[in-house]
Amino acid sequence: MSTPTSTISPRIPIGVEPATPIIIFQEVSISFDQKPVLREISFQLERGETKAIFGVAGAGKSTILKLALGLMKPDSGRILVLGEDVTAMKEEDLFELRRKVGMVFQESALFDSLNVRDNVAFRLIEEGQTPPEEIEQRVREALSFVELQNTVDLFPSELSGGMRRRVAIARAIITHPEVILYDSPTGGLDPVTSTTIIELIVKQRDVYGTSSLLVTHRLQDAFMMASHYFDKESGHMWPIKDDPKRKIPMKFLILRDGKIIFDGDVQELEKCKDEYIEEYIS
Amino acid sequence: MELISPTDFAKGKIESLQEYSALAGNSIVSLFGRPRYFADMIQQADLIGFGSLPIVVLTGFFTGAVLTLNSANSLERFGSLSLLGQLVSVGMVRELGPVLTGLMVAGRNSSGMASELGSMIVTEQIDAMRALGTDPMKKLVAPRVASTVIMLFFLTIISDLLGLVGGSAVASLLLGLDYRQYWSSAWQILKFQDVFMGLLKPLVFGFIISTIGCYYGLSAKGGTQGVGRATTQAVVASSVIILLVDFFITKFLMAMFGYS
Repeated sequence: MSTPTSTISPRIPIGVEPATPIIIFQEVSISFDQKPVLREISFQLERGETKAIFGVAGAGKSTILKLALGLMKPDSGRILVLGEDVTAMKEEDLFELRRKVGMVFQESALFDSLNVRDNVAFRLIEEGQTPPEEIEQRVREALSFVELQNTVDLFPSELSGGMRRRVAIARAIITHPEVILYDSPTGGLDPVTSTTIIELIVKQRDVYGTSSLLVTHRLQDAFMMASHYFDKESGHMWPIKDDPKRKIPMKFLILRDGKIIFDGDVQELEKCKDEYIEEYIS
Repeated sequence: MELISPTDFAKGKIESLQEYSALAGNSIVSLFGRPRYFADMIQQADLIGFGSLPIVVLTGFFTGAVLTLNSANSLERFGSLSLLGQLVSVGMVRELGPVLTGLMVAGRNSSGMASELGSMIVTEQIDAMRALGTDPMKKLVAPRVASTVIMLFFLTIISDLLGLVGGSAVASLLLGLDYRQYWSSAWQILKFQDVFMGLLKPLVFGFIISTIGCYYGLSAKGGTQGVGRATTQAVVASSVIILLVDFFITKFLMAMFGYS
């Protein structure tokens, strides 16, 4: 991957103490059609940390992201995002909070009827407070970050799966959010494209210090994120063994039957003796 | 096929009715709140209004023509062929113009709204819109409702006029009647109450078409199959409800205006 030319400035935390976790789930439960999906789960995402969420299909991984963004309401429990209780907020009040949270959807969820420029700039256009020249500049910066500067006039149907994911990432980062939620960003992609996407996520984490929740089926992606860092100078991702002093703010969370059975870092995961987890990571 | 208990069935229907009522109410509230999406409204007005023009023109013209043909046969038996203009005029303006235009627009646009919004639901575009801080009710539903109500009103006027033109063409070209007599009697019979009734209906029908199309679209579940199901349900429900509501509006207005 070539050296980035992006000039997006690192986000500035607003109204949240540095030590305050970005996202807190407190005994959150939700059921669909009377079938419990999440059962009193509690965890938190620290500032600057990336947490990868694992679990079998239907375990409630994507549901966690939608709950965090207030797109769904839990049956019980509390969810605090950037210090605000999203479970008690009305939809209108959530729009302001969502400005500080980016989300990359499973299948990108780009708007079919809009070109790449309008997709990436959607939030800025809707807010109506940014001059057109600045919108254009910020779109180009965001697209430059994901190395898709030449796609501004294309429509989603003209892009490959990997390019769509990258545009979705550009759309998520254009407002410099404090936290990004990634829903299976590498699902259905070939290994080379997956690595490109992971490198972008690592870049966002290490260059801008953005906190993130990452839902994935691919353990190798999370292990790569836990074992690599992004070097701004070279514009590449390197294994951490080349810089042993570096600490990667990466945690793993594993769901089973609606409960969290593991929440810790890669070393703790490797030492874990739980039969299910051993089988899962083997 | 899985059997559903009558209680669950009834609960499901009541829940649907509740959700539809909430959407219909919110769509009206959203029209008066900010931000307002005029550009989207104009775009929808073009799609719904101008796009439906050909079918409305054809439907109106041939409905008037066939109504004239059928009525002429009956009126001739009583020697009242001179009343032909009156009959076509009242029939088109009070009933056939609004109802048939409503049904045609329902078939074309209710399905279009359900499939478009349904596709956006199953591909998570609606969630993405909410995640990006935009209210789909204001951005997608309110412009569709406002555009359909306004455009159906004007489409109905066009349909009424074309119906009378169709009737006039048949009366003068096929039946050999004087077109001046036809237009004169058609004009004279129309009272304020007739025109009011004929122009109130498209406002109500437009609201029904758009809210039902949006409701089924936004309730779509189960991938592309769900979108197809939502589309069909939207057309069926909006068409049936138009006919039901038409009866009650007619009955109510006739009682109000003292028609015997």
